[in-house]
Amino acid sequence: MDANLIVFIILAVVAVGSALGMLFNRNAVYSALFLILNFATVAVFYLLLGAPFIAMTQVTVYAGAIMVLFLFVIMLLGAEHLANHDKIDWQMPVAGGLAGLLLFEAYWVIFKSDQALKWTVEVSSDFGAPAQIGKVLFSEYLLPFEITAFLLLAALVGAVIIARRNSDKPTRAEEEA
Amino acid sequence: MVPVNYFVILSAVLFTIGALGVLTRRNAIVIFMSVELMLNSANLLFVAFARSFGDLGGQIFVFFVMTVAAAEVAVGLALIVAVFRSKQTINIDEASKLKG
Repeated sequence: MDANLIVFIILAVVAVGSALGMLFNRNAVYSALFLILNFATVAVFYLLLGAPFIAMTQVTVYAGAIMVLFLFVIMLLGAEHLANHDKIDWQMPVAGGLAGLLLFEAYWVIFKSDQALKWTVEVSSDFGAPAQIGKVLFSEYLLPFEITAFLLLAALVGAVIIARRNSDKPTRAEEEA
Repeated sequence: MVPVNYFVILSAVLFTIGALGVLTRRNAIVIFMSVELMLNSANLLFVAFARSFGDLGGQIFVFFVMTVAAAEVAVGLALIVAVFRSKQTINIDEASKLKG
């Protein structure tokens, strides 16, 4: 058996296992940690697929920055556990059935379609290297790249506006003055 | 080399797990993490097909998806914090004010 295939199978088991761990863990902090493991395994998949730059971005942006934000908010709100309350009985079976249907659909489309998916081209060894990505990003995709800057600025301002305390009421310092 | 089919199946499984999380969990933050999982499975598919067709456009698109996901997480978590301020909980079943 091909070494790549062995690595793929091991990583696939870890990825699916950590995703299930995220889904079924009752504690939101553990869920977040499982998701970080999942993102890290996906980063290794990117390396297998010849995308080292994307793999490093995945680790720094996703597993690093985004998940730190998640953990920060979980601990800020103290929302690891939710209080027990009455559950909807039919929710889990219906959701499970729908998920099974989705998976079956995907299986059907992938394996029963006429065009079997195969590796079609051989790529050069520096495919997906940072220099290559940079060339494409700053020539062909320059406009979308600049637009993402605006998007990030808008998100930053929006997050600050939404999350700040309601300042309609005067603060104590203003009342005393 | 691993056939691209395997990556497609793995991506479908991860997406299904994410969808299941959105459908069944009550904690708004966990639902949000499930959305991230779904985005990530789509990214995996993009990179797999970028390799399959030898086209860097797929990898560039993953880069943009990550940027949008970062923006989405910042705004979404701010919304969750705002909801928590007014409700003292992030259980989505409690956020039913519009129901009347």
